[in-house]
Amino acid sequence: MAGIIGRSQRRRTEVVPEGASNVRQEPALVRWIIIAIVVVFLGVFLVLPLVTVFQQALAHGVMPYLEALVETDALAAIRLTLIVAAISVSLNLVFGVIAAWAIAKFDFFGKSVLITLIDLPFSVSPVISGLVFVLLFGAQGYFGAFLQEHDIQIIFALPGLVLATVLVTFPFIARELIPLMQEQGTQDEEAAISLGASGLQTFFRVTLPNVKWALLYGVLLCNARAMGEFGAVSVVSGHIRGETNTMPLYVEILYNEYQFVAAFAVASLLALLALVTLIAKALLERRAAAE
Amino acid sequence: MDIGIHNVTKRFGAFNALDNVDLEIKSGELVALLGPSGSGKTTLLRIIAGLEWPEAGHVLFDGEDALARSARERHVGFVFQHYALFRHMTVFENVAFGLRVRRRDKRLSEEELRARVERLLDLVQLQWLAERYPSQLSGGQRQRIALARALAIEPRVLLLDEPFGALDAKVRKELRRWLRNLHDDIHVTSVFVTHDQEEALEVADRVVVMDKGRIEQIGKPRDVYEHPATAFVHEFIGESIVIPVTVEHTVVLYEGKPIGIDAPDIADGAARLFVRPYDMGIVPPDRAALKGIVRYIHGLGSARRVEVALGGEKRPIEVDVPRRHELTADQEVGLVPYRYRIYAA
Amino acid sequence: MQPPATATVSRPFLGRSPSVVPGFGITLGVTLAWLALIVLIPLSSLFLKTATLSPEAFWAIITSRRALNAFKLSFGLSLVAAMINLVFGAIVAWALVRYDFRGRRLFDAIVDIPFALPTAVAGIALTTLFAEKGWLGSILAQVGIKVSFTPLGILVALVFIGLPFVVRTVQPVLIDLDVELEEVAATLGANRLQTLTRVILPMIAPALLTGFALAFARAVGEYGSVIFIAGNLPNVSEIAPLLIVIRLEEFRYADATALAVVMLVASFLILLTINRLQRWSEQRTGRL
Repeated sequence: MAGIIGRSQRRRTEVVPEGASNVRQEPALVRWIIIAIVVVFLGVFLVLPLVTVFQQALAHGVMPYLEALVETDALAAIRLTLIVAAISVSLNLVFGVIAAWAIAKFDFFGKSVLITLIDLPFSVSPVISGLVFVLLFGAQGYFGAFLQEHDIQIIFALPGLVLATVLVTFPFIARELIPLMQEQGTQDEEAAISLGASGLQTFFRVTLPNVKWALLYGVLLCNARAMGEFGAVSVVSGHIRGETNTMPLYVEILYNEYQFVAAFAVASLLALLALVTLIAKALLERRAAAE
Repeated sequence: MDIGIHNVTKRFGAFNALDNVDLEIKSGELVALLGPSGSGKTTLLRIIAGLEWPEAGHVLFDGEDALARSARERHVGFVFQHYALFRHMTVFENVAFGLRVRRRDKRLSEEELRARVERLLDLVQLQWLAERYPSQLSGGQRQRIALARALAIEPRVLLLDEPFGALDAKVRKELRRWLRNLHDDIHVTSVFVTHDQEEALEVADRVVVMDKGRIEQIGKPRDVYEHPATAFVHEFIGESIVIPVTVEHTVVLYEGKPIGIDAPDIADGAARLFVRPYDMGIVPPDRAALKGIVRYIHGLGSARRVEVALGGEKRPIEVDVPRRHELTADQEVGLVPYRYRIYAA
Repeated sequence: MQPPATATVSRPFLGRSPSVVPGFGITLGVTLAWLALIVLIPLSSLFLKTATLSPEAFWAIITSRRALNAFKLSFGLSLVAAMINLVFGAIVAWALVRYDFRGRRLFDAIVDIPFALPTAVAGIALTTLFAEKGWLGSILAQVGIKVSFTPLGILVALVFIGLPFVVRTVQPVLIDLDVELEEVAATLGANRLQTLTRVILPMIAPALLTGFALAFARAVGEYGSVIFIAGNLPNVSEIAPLLIVIRLEEFRYADATALAVVMLVASFLILLTINRLQRWSEQRTGRL
C-alpha cells in the first residue's frame, strides 16, 4: 500500500471515552460484541497461523529445529535467498528512486500511464510474472536458442530468479516515494539549484534526507517481499536442490516430502523476518510522525 | 420553551470549562453567549444540546430534567459552525433527514414530508437549490440549509455554535440580519454562541458575557454596553481606555497624585480606571490633574483618534477628539474623564 | 551577477517548458528503459505468444472444461473471500478506530501480517492449522466440516491474504470522518443504527469498495498460500494459477499463455475499476 508514511497516519484517533452517555457511542453490549468478533476473527486468521509456524518448528524440541537450519541444502537456500534479495532490492532501489524523481519532480504528458505501468506488477498474478520470463528465456522461449548457443543460463539459474523477483517487487519502493515526493514539491530542490548545487548534490543533500523514512520503509517492504516471493520464483527456478531453491521454495520441497519440522523450521525464519518487518514499520511510522 | 441552567460545572481533566453557571432563558428569546475562546460558551451550548454532560448541576426544559434525556430525545436543533451537511445527500434530503429518521408512529407521509421540506426551503429562500448537493452551494447557502434542517424537526430550542464564523465579513453581516428577522417571524427559543461582540449586540435580545467558565454579566445589549458590571465586560465589549490607579479613602490617584475623581464603592488599594475613548475630554494642561503628551493624530473624518502618552504607561492611550479641536504632536494636554468606571484590580 | 555555472536548465522536451530541477531527460529515459525491460517486454511476450494461436485454438483452450472450472473456482472463491473481507474488514476497521480495548495497538499492527508473511509460509501454516488433526481442523471436524484439501480451504487462504486490504483502505477514512456529522444526526433524532446506515456508511462506501476490489484482485492471482491447502484436484479444487504452472511444466506454452492472458485482462479490468473508485472516493469524502 503506497504512501503509508507521510500521509494520513497522523492518528487523530477518536477513542470514545467511557462514562456519560455519548451520542457517538454504541451501547456497551454492542461494543463488546464487536470487539469479541474482531478479536476472534483476527486471532483465528492471523495469530493462530503465526503461532502454528513456531509450534510446529519446535514440535520435537530445539535440537531438531537447529539441525534443520544448518543442513547444507537449508544453508544454500538461505544464502540464495539473501543473494537474490540483495540484488533485487538494490536494483529496485536505484531504479525506483530514479522513477520517483522523474514522476514527482516533473510534469509531462503520459504521467498517469507511467504510474499505472509502475503499479502493474501489483495486480498481476506472481505465476504470470514468472511465466513471462520462461517465455522469453526458456529453452523454447524467444531467446532460448540464442542463450543455449552462448551457454548462458537464465531460467533455472540465478539471473532468472533475480529477474522474476525484480518484476514482482518493483513497485514497492517507487510507490512509497512518489506520493511523498509529490507532496513535497520541488521548492527545496529549486532552492538548492539556485544556490549552485548540481543535480546529484541536490539529490543527495536535499531530496534524500526529506524522504529517508519513506525510502527505508519501501526498502523494508521490498526486501520482505523479495525474500518471501514464491509463485514467480517457483516458475523460473526449476527447483534444483542446493542450487536454485530459495527459502520459500525449499519450504515447499520439505513439506511435500513430509519433513514437517524442517519445513516449519525454515518457515520460522521467514516468519521472524515478517515480524521484524512489522516492528520496523511501526517504529518508522512513529519516527516519521514525530518529525 | 424555558431553559433553566443551575450550578452547572464541567471539567475537562484539570481544566475548568464551566464553573457553577446559572442562567435562565425565557421562551422565545434570542440569547447570545458571548466570550473569548476558552470561556466555556460552546461547552454550555453543547450541554444544553446533550452533546456533553456536566459534572454537577441541573438543566431544565420547561421545568423538566433535560439531563435525563439523550441528545436524540431532547428535540433541539443544532447548527454547527462548519454546517455538518451530509455530503452524499441532496439539499432536500438533508432537510428531510430529521423527518425520515423519526420513530414509526411519528413518521409523516411522503406528501406531508415533501410539503414540510418545501415550506422550510421557502422560509430560507433556497427552494431552487433543492436538488443540488452541498458541495455546489456557497457558504452562506450551506448555513441556511443547515438551519432549515434543524428547524424541520420543530425543535423546542435552536442552538447555533458560531454559525457565521466560517463565512466572510460581508456574508456574515447579511446572515446576521437575516437570522434576526427569521427569529422575529418564528419565535423559537434560540441560543447562539459567538466571540464577535458586534454580532451579539446587534442580533440578541439578551447577551450573556462569559469568561473562563463563568458568567460575567447578563443583560440587554444596551445595558451590557453602557453599564458593564466588571472590568472584563468593559474591556471585551466596545473599546476602553484602561489606566491603572490607586484608591485611597475613595480618592483616585494616578502615580500618587489625585486626578479629580473619586470612587466611593472601591476599597483602598490598586484599581483600574476604564473610560470609553469618546468619554475622555482633552483640555488645556493647567485645567486638569491628569496630563499627557500628544504622540500621533489619526484620521481625517469628523472625529479623530489621538494617541496620548501618559505618565509612566508603556503604551499611549487612544482618545477620540472632535475635528474642530486643534491639536499638534508633542503638545502637552490635560485629560478629564467625563464618564468612567472604576473596578478593583 | 553571473548565474551559477552549475545550474542546468532542461531543454524544451515534449513541448514542456524547461524546469529548473535537472535530470528530467535522463531519469525519464532510464525509467522508461527499465520499465520496458522488466515489465513491458516480458508482458508483451505473453500477448505475442498468444497471437501465434488461431482464434479458434485460443477459444478452445480457455473454454476447455478444466480451464473453465479453474477460472470459476479462482474468480468465484476470490469473490466470496473478498466479500467476507468486506464485512469483517469493515468491522475490524471500526473497532480499531473507534474503540479502546486492551491490545488494540497490537491487533492494529498484526493486520499487516498477510502483507509481510511469505505466501508459502502462510500456506503451510494454514494447512496444518485446519488439517483434520490441526488445532482448528479438529474442532471443525467434530461439526463435520472439512477445510484442508477442499475448496473451503482455498477460501480460508484467500480470506487470509485479502484481510488487510479493506481494513487499511477504510481506516484513514474513518479517522477523518467529521465528528459533527454524527452529532448533528443525533440531534435530528437519529438513533445509532440510523446514523450508521444513513450517514457513516455512505461516506465510507467508496473506500469499502476500493478495498474490496483490491482484495479481489489479490485473491484471483494468489498461488503460494493456496496450493498447500487446496486439494489441487483438477475440476474440483484446482485454481487457475496452478493450471498455468502445470501447463508450463508440460511444456504446453501456448496453453499456459492463453490462460495467463485471460487472467491478465481480468486484472487490468479490476485495476481500472480500482482507479475509478479511488477517484470517486476522493470526490465523496473531501471536506465541505
